[in-house]
Amino acid sequence: MSDLPNALKSIVTPVRLEYDHSAGAAATGFLRGLTQKKILGARTGPGEPVLVPPRGADPRTSELAAELVEVSDKGTVVTYSIVRVPSDNIPFELPYVCATVLLDGANLGFFHVLQNCALDEVRIGMRVQAHWAPDDQLTENVSSIRYFEPIDEPDVPFEQIEEYA
Amino acid sequence: MRDVAIVSFAQSNAAREDRNEVEILLPVVKAAVASSQLERSEIGFTCSGSSDFLQGQPFAFVMALDGVGAWPPIKESHVEMDGAWALYEAWVKIQTGEVDSALVYAFGKTSSGDLAEVQALQLDPYCVTQLWPDADSVAGIQARLYMERAGRSERDLAEVAARSLRDAQSNPHAVAKGDRDAEKLLAEPYRTSPLRDHDCPANSDGATAIVVMAGERAKTLCERPVWIRGFDHRIDPPALGARDLTRAPSAEIAAARAGVGDDKVDLAELSAPYTHQELILREALGLADDVRINPSGGTLCAHTMMSCGLNRIGDAAQRIAAGEGDRAVAHASQGHCLQQNMVCVLEGE
Amino acid sequence: MANLCGVVGIGQTKYDAKRIDVSMPGLVREAALRALEDADLTFADIDAVVIGKAPDMFEGVMLPENYLADAVGATGKPLLRVHTAGSVGGSTANVAISLITSGIHDRVLTLSWEKQSESNAMWGLTVSPPFSVAVVAGAGGFFAPLIRSYIQRSGAPEDTGIRIALKDRLNALKNPYAHLRIEDIDFDKIASSPMLWDPIRYLESCPSSDGACAMVLAREDLAAKAPTPAAWVHGTSMRSEPTQFPGRDSVNPVAGQLAARDLYRQAGIENPRQEIDCAEIYVPFSWFEAMWMENLGFAPENEGWKMVYEGATALDGDFPVNMSGGVLSSNAIGASGMIRYAEAAMQVRSQAGEHQVEGARKALGHAYGGGSQYFSMCLFGKEKP
Repeated sequence: MSDLPNALKSIVTPVRLEYDHSAGAAATGFLRGLTQKKILGARTGPGEPVLVPPRGADPRTSELAAELVEVSDKGTVVTYSIVRVPSDNIPFELPYVCATVLLDGANLGFFHVLQNCALDEVRIGMRVQAHWAPDDQLTENVSSIRYFEPIDEPDVPFEQIEEYA
Repeated sequence: MRDVAIVSFAQSNAAREDRNEVEILLPVVKAAVASSQLERSEIGFTCSGSSDFLQGQPFAFVMALDGVGAWPPIKESHVEMDGAWALYEAWVKIQTGEVDSALVYAFGKTSSGDLAEVQALQLDPYCVTQLWPDADSVAGIQARLYMERAGRSERDLAEVAARSLRDAQSNPHAVAKGDRDAEKLLAEPYRTSPLRDHDCPANSDGATAIVVMAGERAKTLCERPVWIRGFDHRIDPPALGARDLTRAPSAEIAAARAGVGDDKVDLAELSAPYTHQELILREALGLADDVRINPSGGTLCAHTMMSCGLNRIGDAAQRIAAGEGDRAVAHASQGHCLQQNMVCVLEGE
Repeated sequence: MANLCGVVGIGQTKYDAKRIDVSMPGLVREAALRALEDADLTFADIDAVVIGKAPDMFEGVMLPENYLADAVGATGKPLLRVHTAGSVGGSTANVAISLITSGIHDRVLTLSWEKQSESNAMWGLTVSPPFSVAVVAGAGGFFAPLIRSYIQRSGAPEDTGIRIALKDRLNALKNPYAHLRIEDIDFDKIASSPMLWDPIRYLESCPSSDGACAMVLAREDLAAKAPTPAAWVHGTSMRSEPTQFPGRDSVNPVAGQLAARDLYRQAGIENPRQEIDCAEIYVPFSWFEAMWMENLGFAPENEGWKMVYEGATALDGDFPVNMSGGVLSSNAIGASGMIRYAEAAMQVRSQAGEHQVEGARKALGHAYGGGSQYFSMCLFGKEKP
């Protein structure tokens, strides 16, 4: 085909579709909690692992995880990456650190961004805390936690968090 | 071929669901597994059907793994097709002898987007999609041609709708139902002439799950196993001008290969989102006039895209299991104007 | 396995960032016709078609195989579309193989493709549902933290990834279909390339490619008559697990280990490192070669990185990996898994030209997807199983 004279190489068809999503029961509780500066996880019952953010079901058992449990907004970095790739829908200045944070009281890593931290100081095991949006900007969106930042607490040894890394 | 039976079936359909996909799916899968009498870990294979464009995000099916018992890891596959094709893949897997049983599920939320518009993206991206023909308009073109060729009237279409809506009254999972005669329906305005609202599908959100089991063991799991006796699917070319829209050649081939005409058919569940398509399919499948069509109300009354075809198979199997007949034909379709068709012949023990 | 299946035809397109010289139908036909030519067959000889590709959003066409039906010769035939995230190219072939081994069909065409230049793949991957915040761009952002965990666990030297990338990029120079063929590639060039998602550098990452790969499969007696000797399927396997759950090992996922074990059992393999001659595995970011060597049982846990250090996985090593240049050199996402299968099959058919492993009798094809949670594998042999 490439030897066609004056071949039309490309046309542009803009596609715009609007969707009206449902958060679902589990995520609704989590998102409402954010408006009150609370991080709520979910579990299938007492003594069971706390999933943050809630996923609707405990993936190991596929049991409905409907019981909401508040966890701390402090946690430990279990792994991280320094991102230097630009993208239109990312609101952070490059480079920035994304990290999996194991919140105190949770049993699942929570993915977010680290700020106020020198790039060469980021490490697995470091302690961090959520930095919340101003009260009048708290919404039903994960961006109500603007980012996580380091706090002055001793590192957690890798062996204690390895299971979540 | 190994004998494979449908041993359990569960569904959920609603006009608009506020639950997310995992939350919709979880109880349906759970119910199907529970009524199969099998432990989740005994089920050899899992296969599902869904479409990213319904959800408006890529990998929509990945989250579903949370709700279907995928730990410890499972043998699993997914088709970006109606769940009826997931059942076909599972049936093939059983035929290889690698597994004896399978859980098949499908889900779709049509209410998240404008379905008729989303479906425009299924057309030729270079020459047709730019016009954004919605699904109802494309179906209207087919209906007009079909009526002309077959000498059918708008009243014939309205009769299909009236019967479907009436039958749907006894189906708790149907989202459109009612007792209105053709006269009344014909007094309504056109949507995309010659089609009126009642000729177009009642879109819905939901999920369907089925468990199948091969051989003798199926007989120990349920009172009356429903055996898959014929299973075939075919596709026609996509270009609307390249095929005779008043017929469904791929459905004809699939029906012949599945052996629809080999014996008397008691009932049929046809996945016809539009009324005229039921008439096209009756012809293509060679169904006699005394065959009971869509006792559930059919896809017209609960169009949960991506699961409605699997739902037809489940609905037909349920009626055979309940003794409402001995031999049923279930049908699934995909694409505009019945482009792709599947036929499944079911028989009671 | 009930019936034997052989690969009798293989066709690949040239992989490139933008194949604007062809439409979507043109791209898939290019691969399909080459596979048919290799098998000395035509569309009329094919009973069914199985197509795979990654998210429909990458091209902006919903269920595009319906639109492509006649372009791949499927009119009046069964056509299936598989989608299991990144592993799709592998699982698509597995489904096609099952159509033969079940005895349902005699000859099946299977094809996987992606034409990412038709849309915006980065956008497609970063579309986030409401209520959430976009944190990372693209797949690298997801996989980089897993690599960080692997380094912490295994104590692998920081330049392991560079060495793997160098090996694959040198191999790509011997593969005419490869998208990235960097003539002056060397260690320093990779080491000094920009860090994208620390610890992943630019030249340790896969490109975005347009391309398609097709295979013609046939039942035993027909495969035995193929003009080029068939690659025989000795086993296939697939496993999935959820994306994230408490205690999940996402560096060395159980699903991958189980899939490998199942495959070796089917193929009667007790010592994979010794009995398998070479492997084409899914490595979108360099470090994953080391991680998958362990997951697949070719190296003890935390020692996969040593294989590249010892030169074992080089083209002239004792266990060559990604002889074609791998996903690092050509990444038509939906096709990438099937390319691994096709390249493995080419090895046992002695069709791999400059990147042929001499005397290859058994070769592994491997693909993974999602959050390292979907796995599909196939073992090809020169002889019948």
